[in-house]
Amino acid sequence: MDPLLQQTTRRHFFERCGLGLGGIALSDMLARDGFAAAGSPDRNADPMATRRSHHDAKAKNVIFMFMAGGPSHLELFEDKPRLREFSGKMPPESLVKGKRFAFLGKDAKLLGTDRKFARYGESQMELSELFPHHRKIVDEVCWLRGMKTDVFNHGPAKLFMNTGFQVPGRPSMGSWVTYGIGSESRDLPGFVVLQSGPRGPRGGNALWSGGFLPSSYQGVPFRGNGDPILNLASPKGITPERQRDFVDVVGALNRERLGVTGDPEIATRINAYEMAYRMQTSAPDLMDLSDESQATLDLYGATQGGNSYGNNCLLARRLIERGVRFVQLYHTDWDHHGGPGQTLGKDLEKVCAEVDQASAALVLDLKQRGLLDDTIVVWGGEFGRTPMGETRDNKVGGRDHHIDAFTMWAAGGGFKAGMTHGQTDDFGYEVVDGLVHVHDLHATILNQLGLDHEKLTFRFQGRDFRLTDVHGHVVKEVLA
Amino acid sequence: MFRSLPAWSFLIALFPVCLSAEESKTVDFNRDIRPILSDKCFQCHGPDDKSRKAKLRLDIRESAVGDSTGLDARPDPVKSEKVGVIVPGHADASELVARLLTTDPDEIMPPAKVKKPISKKEIELLSQWIEEGAPYDGHWSFRPLADAELPAVKAKSWVKNGIDHFILAQLEQKKIAPSPEADPSTLIRRMSLDLVGLLPEPERVKRFVADYGRDHDKAVAALADELLASPHYGERWGRHWLDQARYADSNGYTIDGERTMWPYRDWVIRAINDDLPFDQFTIEQLAGDLLPNPTKAQLVASGFHRNTLINQEGGTDNEQFRNEEVVDRVNTTGAVWMGLTLGCAQCHTHKFDPITQKEYFEMFAFFNQGDDVNNVGATVEVSEGEMFLRDPDPKLLGALDQAKAALAALDRDKVKRQEAWEKSLIANDNKDANAPGASWARVKPTKLSAEGGAKLELQKGDSILAGAGGPHEVYRVELAPAKEAITAIRLKLIPHASLPNQGPGRAGNGNIVLTRVEFFQNGKPLTVARAQHDHAQPGFSAAFTIDGKTDTGWAINVGKGTAPGVKMNAEHEAHYVFAEPILASGGPVEVVLRHEANANYNIGHFAFDVSPTAPGAVTEEKLLTTLKIAPADRSDADKKLLTAEFDKADSERRAAVSRIAEAQKAIGLGSSVKTMVMRDLATPRESFIHIRGDFLRHDTETGPLRPNVLAALPAMPDSAKEKALPNRLDLAQWLVRADHPLTPRVTANRVWMRYFGKGIVETENDFGTQGSFPTHPELLDWLARSLIEGGWSMKALHKTIVTSATYRQSSMARPELNDIDPLNHLLSRQNRIRVEAEIVRDAALSASGLFTEKIGGPGVKPPQPEGVYAFTQRKVSWVAAEGPDRYRRAMYTQFYRSAPYPLLTTFDSPDFQSVCTGRVRSNTPLQSLTLANDEAMIELAQGLSARLMQEIGGTDSVANRERIRRAFGHCFSREPSEAEVEAVVAFQEKQMAGFAADAEGAKAVAPEKWAEGFDVAAAASWTAVARALMNTDEFITRE
Repeated sequence: MDPLLQQTTRRHFFERCGLGLGGIALSDMLARDGFAAAGSPDRNADPMATRRSHHDAKAKNVIFMFMAGGPSHLELFEDKPRLREFSGKMPPESLVKGKRFAFLGKDAKLLGTDRKFARYGESQMELSELFPHHRKIVDEVCWLRGMKTDVFNHGPAKLFMNTGFQVPGRPSMGSWVTYGIGSESRDLPGFVVLQSGPRGPRGGNALWSGGFLPSSYQGVPFRGNGDPILNLASPKGITPERQRDFVDVVGALNRERLGVTGDPEIATRINAYEMAYRMQTSAPDLMDLSDESQATLDLYGATQGGNSYGNNCLLARRLIERGVRFVQLYHTDWDHHGGPGQTLGKDLEKVCAEVDQASAALVLDLKQRGLLDDTIVVWGGEFGRTPMGETRDNKVGGRDHHIDAFTMWAAGGGFKAGMTHGQTDDFGYEVVDGLVHVHDLHATILNQLGLDHEKLTFRFQGRDFRLTDVHGHVVKEVLA
Repeated sequence: MFRSLPAWSFLIALFPVCLSAEESKTVDFNRDIRPILSDKCFQCHGPDDKSRKAKLRLDIRESAVGDSTGLDARPDPVKSEKVGVIVPGHADASELVARLLTTDPDEIMPPAKVKKPISKKEIELLSQWIEEGAPYDGHWSFRPLADAELPAVKAKSWVKNGIDHFILAQLEQKKIAPSPEADPSTLIRRMSLDLVGLLPEPERVKRFVADYGRDHDKAVAALADELLASPHYGERWGRHWLDQARYADSNGYTIDGERTMWPYRDWVIRAINDDLPFDQFTIEQLAGDLLPNPTKAQLVASGFHRNTLINQEGGTDNEQFRNEEVVDRVNTTGAVWMGLTLGCAQCHTHKFDPITQKEYFEMFAFFNQGDDVNNVGATVEVSEGEMFLRDPDPKLLGALDQAKAALAALDRDKVKRQEAWEKSLIANDNKDANAPGASWARVKPTKLSAEGGAKLELQKGDSILAGAGGPHEVYRVELAPAKEAITAIRLKLIPHASLPNQGPGRAGNGNIVLTRVEFFQNGKPLTVARAQHDHAQPGFSAAFTIDGKTDTGWAINVGKGTAPGVKMNAEHEAHYVFAEPILASGGPVEVVLRHEANANYNIGHFAFDVSPTAPGAVTEEKLLTTLKIAPADRSDADKKLLTAEFDKADSERRAAVSRIAEAQKAIGLGSSVKTMVMRDLATPRESFIHIRGDFLRHDTETGPLRPNVLAALPAMPDSAKEKALPNRLDLAQWLVRADHPLTPRVTANRVWMRYFGKGIVETENDFGTQGSFPTHPELLDWLARSLIEGGWSMKALHKTIVTSATYRQSSMARPELNDIDPLNHLLSRQNRIRVEAEIVRDAALSASGLFTEKIGGPGVKPPQPEGVYAFTQRKVSWVAAEGPDRYRRAMYTQFYRSAPYPLLTTFDSPDFQSVCTGRVRSNTPLQSLTLANDEAMIELAQGLSARLMQEIGGTDSVANRERIRRAFGHCFSREPSEAEVEAVVAFQEKQMAGFAADAEGAKAVAPEKWAEGFDVAAAASWTAVARALMNTDEFITRE
């Protein structure tokens, strides 16, 4: 962090924030603005201005830890002795009839797991040996064992979990939330995306796209180290002082033009340059972990300058602390079909080791800092994995994509701590109780933020679109 | 039935208070009533019989008033149980009104649970309408175009053409005067940005201002003609069209592989430049493949609907994604031509518009015949430039045909030719890799250098030993001139004890990856006809060192398919055979070896040999072994190997191919690609209703559907009715019928929207009942009519608009009208419009002076910030173009749907996953960061900086001020005010002083080259000025 840049920013911010633009009536409301919160500030002037929610909010922020690829609920969260017993046998006809799978053939046989499970905490939640750190948060978390989705390919299923639709081009949850209630951060984007693992999540930018919403609401990817945002650094040879001069002269010319044309859009542009300038300071500040204690770094397994999932979880907390509304994390490599790099053996162990500690750390750290009540922390992938084993390279070493049942968890933000909601059958194939469909999860998260998923709409191509399409129910049972 | 009298009396009491003189006018069903009914009632009492409650329809008057006569004649008779909820002429007797007013929660409409409360004002309107007899009227956009007369206006002198009559008439009604005409410098910048998307040169501005001074109208008309004749007009308006075509250069979804649809893009540019009438433009894109004897251009045009996504992910159900494609084609067609939201009817009958689910799938049936199944499907081969070809020389075309015939003949004889080749190889048995024909002689290197700092040392025997250098080293070796002409050069790799694993390479295992080898004589590149090797790692042939690609190359590890006994760390060689002999008199030859793919896979020890004659093909051991197997005993793999080797060795065919390329070049054509086109199945697919839109659930009860158009619109022509199965051609012809109410309105409205920021129908993508009512309905119909009567000429429509007084108004705000017309619906002024993403770059390109005007061809890669792929599954190799392709218009930037070029999406470019008929326009800090800091933008600021110093010499204060005026000319086409000049002067002086004390910073900011007479600090300060001007709101705004 360059101290001069920081100093100039602060001085400038305090001098200029009352810039005298308030007198300009900004009346050009977005014509098709379907969000009807009364008394909302003008979206054009400040798209991220905080806006009144539909009802009282229980939570302010969301951190969504997305496990891209589809973690196996059968290796992590659900011990199924019957599945072990029938391992190697054909599944009952009634289970698989009419079902479609991405890769499984008709001859796929049931596969039990060798992973050891035990029950932990007061809630007596079942966890496998792969997640030792999760034992510390069993009583903080609400376990959703009855998750269900609609689609079995990665791309469409990730889109579905992120946007509520299988096809690209719809706004993601973070976009809807910032569109609905804005963000409290004045110098960072309201919806930030962080990624770790060997590659980006399948589906790419469509996952955090603002869809048809104004592009102010699209997720802004932050890279884990270096410059977090594209084009954040001033060009070579432009010192902080020169950048300040630049912003000043651009502002002066813009104000001249504002005087001539009277177009309030120019005032918005002036504000945008000021915020961009502040971001140049605040974003590197965010990334600089030197003000974190060693104990905190150790809790997450994060390192200064690192680019791990642990670093991203710590960054998520730092973002929330700075008022950012929605943080979406992706960690890839959960696609355990068997075959090289995708076994339920060492490959699954590797990715579990990558996320277990930091996922738990985030919950513990937020709680300790009193932030957990205001923050919904969600953990899970786009689907689960089949009770049937998948054969690759002549070995049964993995499982296919499974949409009918999988586990996610949510903590904080008014979700009941230490509750296990939902139950699957003896094979972990179908949900028998406490089904939570993806649309329901979306409706519930919005509800905690004070948003009614049926009212949060945007008119596009003649239709009032929602995150939850025409579905979704708030899952009241899991709310405190 | 009638229970709520008290409430009704309350309403009567309200009337006198609420009705102003204005509002006491007769209500208009389409303007005032239908929107209320549509929004609050149709969901349960509309066209969809599945969700209909109480068997009541309010979208049909007979049902609403309980008049059963005539109901039976309807195709979908619905007799209301509640007979007559509307009593025409008697609001107080109408249950409809009673149910709106009641306080009884069981009775009140709309019910609380639908969350659509109705306002008092709306109830008043409904009541007034019923009092007036409750007249219904067909939805406005479905009615035939009105033949409106031009309304009379008072200020006749203001009027330039028909448009102005309609605009002025409404303004005069509200007693508002139009704005004065914008000054000429604003006009030329506005017209240039709108029509060609580039900034006018200051000299052109000067000329226009002079012309304008002589005769306003003539100057504007002449400028319009000039811009409409510019080839850049086709780019500008083609880009708008490509949004609707959801054109992109990749397949979408997660794998997002590249595709070559740019010939379609080029077709669009050409068609628009040629002013192909919009009806023909429509037909060729929707059904070019179904025209009798379609031309190649018409086939390429049919690529419109091949811009749909292809999901290449493993394990996908192709039928599912084929259905997604068909759905997208239906919805896109509905949106682009009819402004209808057909997609709503995919899962159920449309709640608001007269589109049943059955009708949706009848439309679906037109598009359900494509033979592409989530794959590439039908293609045609198109050469670069082909779509722009005009009247080629028949002689040259003949030569091309001949060359193609020669190739075809070779291909016909392939089996025979391969047999002969096999025999000759067996006869030669030249397995020692010393391919016959060459006589190699070692050549002494005379100059050695490495760009990354590797030390190149000459060894005994004239070989070269390379030390550690940069991870992607580039070696440059100059060879001593030969005594006679050279035909081939051999690169010899030689193991060395000092190298890792005693290999010839510097990689840990001794390997290399050599990505490009280039030869120069006197700075001119020498053309290599072929490259071959004695051995190559599978997938890393020496031929890859001359393919121009930086991510492919020659490597020498062993792998699957390597003959037994062959080792990596042994002597290996690559031969480069030149297209023409290199004459000794031409000077020494420089060889450049590039290692761009794998870090540190640089060559360690090597030498060069030259030969006056070309070597024959090298025969690898594996090939020889295979050749010796009797033909009858060869396995499939053996045969495949032999064919592949023959193909590699087949220089006759290569020569024929290059003759075709030469013939193409002579005509003005570049290399060819295959581009996707539409093709229908020979045996038609049956189409069914998909229950709840699920492609797996066919409604077999209703049975297979015949392709058909919406019943609410004019029918298909009789010719189509007689066909067993009407096809896309019938659909296309139907869309451009002269009496189609939607196509001309929707099209004229979209054109209008580009010029004024919003359409006459603001919901340009929804002309259905939920959409907004036109602000100037008669004007819209007048424009639509003019379009048809003008033979669907788009250029004529553009000219009418840009020469109108309405368009030419100033865009200055009019605060006095904030209360009457805050959103400027009446167009009492022009609107300031932030230009589209592509034009942000194009404007900067044109101001910078670096702009490459080339039109069309494959996508290009300008610089983009690092880290774009930190978030994508697919990592694209994005090597920024050097030279002219670095400065092409933004519409040519290679567009990957999963990782678009950041500048574009930051400025609201869609990601082309689906149709985009109108973009949103946002204003965000990320845009500021992009304009301020993006490398590509800085480069253009440096271009403008160099240009300013070139154009205006001198460093005194007069010259500096003059240069600032010039900069304003380039960026804003206008003179600066005094205050602006002084602000910039102060800035420039401060920057220059700062740079004078910071040589390194100045060097980084200054352009690469600039005119004499400026020191580096001055040069840097002018870049700072250029950058500041390019970052103003005005720069990216069309005023």
